[in-house]
Amino acid sequence: MKLTREEVLHIAQLARVALTEEEITRMQEQLSNLLEHFEVLQKVDTEGIPPTAQSVDLQSIMRADDVKPSLPADDVLANAPRREDDYFRVRAVLE
Amino acid sequence: MKNGQLTIHEAHQLLKEKKISSVELTQQYLDRIKKVEPKVKALTTVTEELALKQAAQADATIAAGKASPLTGVPIAIKDVICTKGVRTTCSSKMLENFVPPYDAMVMEKLNAAGAVMVGKANMDEFAMGSSTENSAFFTTHNPWDLDRVPGGSSGGSAVAVAAGEAVCALGSDTGGSIRQPAGFCSVVGLKPTYGRVSRYGLVAFASSLDQIGPLTQDVADAALVMNVIAGHDKRDSTSVPQALPDYTKSLKTDLKGMKLGIPKEYYVEGIQKGVADVMKVAINKLEELGAKLDEVSLPHTPYALAVYYIIAPSEASANLSRYNGVKYGYSYKGNTMWESMEKTRENGFGPEVKRRIMLGTYALSAGYYDAWYLKAQKVRTLIRREFDAVFEKYDALITPTSPTVPFKIGERTDDPLAMYLSDVCTLPVNIAGVPGISIPAGFVDNLPVGMQIIGKHFSEETLFRVAYAYEQATEWHKRRAEV
Repeated sequence: MKLTREEVLHIAQLARVALTEEEITRMQEQLSNLLEHFEVLQKVDTEGIPPTAQSVDLQSIMRADDVKPSLPADDVLANAPRREDDYFRVRAVLE
Repeated sequence: MKNGQLTIHEAHQLLKEKKISSVELTQQYLDRIKKVEPKVKALTTVTEELALKQAAQADATIAAGKASPLTGVPIAIKDVICTKGVRTTCSSKMLENFVPPYDAMVMEKLNAAGAVMVGKANMDEFAMGSSTENSAFFTTHNPWDLDRVPGGSSGGSAVAVAAGEAVCALGSDTGGSIRQPAGFCSVVGLKPTYGRVSRYGLVAFASSLDQIGPLTQDVADAALVMNVIAGHDKRDSTSVPQALPDYTKSLKTDLKGMKLGIPKEYYVEGIQKGVADVMKVAINKLEELGAKLDEVSLPHTPYALAVYYIIAPSEASANLSRYNGVKYGYSYKGNTMWESMEKTRENGFGPEVKRRIMLGTYALSAGYYDAWYLKAQKVRTLIRREFDAVFEKYDALITPTSPTVPFKIGERTDDPLAMYLSDVCTLPVNIAGVPGISIPAGFVDNLPVGMQIIGKHFSEETLFRVAYAYEQATEWHKRRAEV
């Protein structure tokens, strides 16, 4: 299992992580090694075995749709990198 | 009681009898932090002012005759648990200045019980790691040998307890992050059953695996902390509405009639001889205490590492997508939206976090999902079924917590797989969602070895009983690291 440079760049783009040249090379090598080790899973017979997403048998937990006060806007926005009035300010999505 | 260190039950007794006030006790621990912190570096933030304020409140509660076991007791909190008004960094540049506007559910409970928070504990960034070397700030040092790692990711919590900076601590455990450092530092660490303790306010790493749990100096203390933090919470939809026992009632000193399994797959590949020898002696001790022990087999154990390192990074890649520099945390001001996000994540995350985000993104991406993620989830089912089957015949399983004693700082940082292998005995427990506890089981050349006890879902009482009986029949928990 050897990841190509292009595959690494594609994954980085999907994950929205910029990588330096050095990181690209290292990622390519390290991820390839890990995936090679993980290929052992392909040997396990899982015919007819359902997947487990979580280990406790709870399903569709419902609650009443009660109206409750939310946190004060100033508290929530206190950590915002950029704020305008009661909004998070973002970069332009469409140029 | 060495180095002036008290257990929770000892501190509670002294506080209740008014032999010491919580303010005095807290000041002693703050002084000790000043003394040993330069050597062990276990804390990202020391909350001196808040601690003394909480201690004064605790003294009022005690004076009113309303003290509960944690009232006035100094505790350290892993820096992945949200503390209202106190920065919660996850030992990441991304959250270096993040101050949560609310408390995690466990903090609400600890505050209601009158516990005193002395600091936030260092960890591997976003709880990803086994040594605390992935902290963006500094590496924590093992008090038994300052050149060695304390384990991780809850290394700061384990060291805070082992070095006497706090009476007890909270950690979080996704693949061994409470038990492995507990084993490496010779303290008690419990990963509760998935769903036993609310994850509300725990910064998410891998949501189907994460649990909060206690790190303490002895088993009775772990039971006392669980009595406070466990229980149902509507704000965590995976929290299980199951009655909460008084865990201290399970602390019994014999194991008559108990059936314990020794899973052979945990005693092979990569286990150090010293660790294997310690386990042999420990197993004999359990037999002396009246337990019946048999070798058992969990044949899918060797696949747990691969299952874990596909599922956990996949969930992490989704959970950590929220760090994009918009709502909170580090934010790079680029010229475009995409540039801002990509640079925020490049500069804000360390190498291991990036590696796991990349691995998870790959495993979930179009064309690879079935071969990696879905496959891992199916093998997860097999691992879980194997545990279910063995627990039909056995009350608990006995394994080493880690295949080795604490390794040297820097020894495994260049080889991710070697680092991942130090969790090989603890990962299957999170995959199955069952509880596991690590307790001190001995030493190899003055380096700690932990014994792990694993039980079926919601069998924490069984774990406490086995752990307590063993602990009371041995002296390991009384040894303290000299710092």
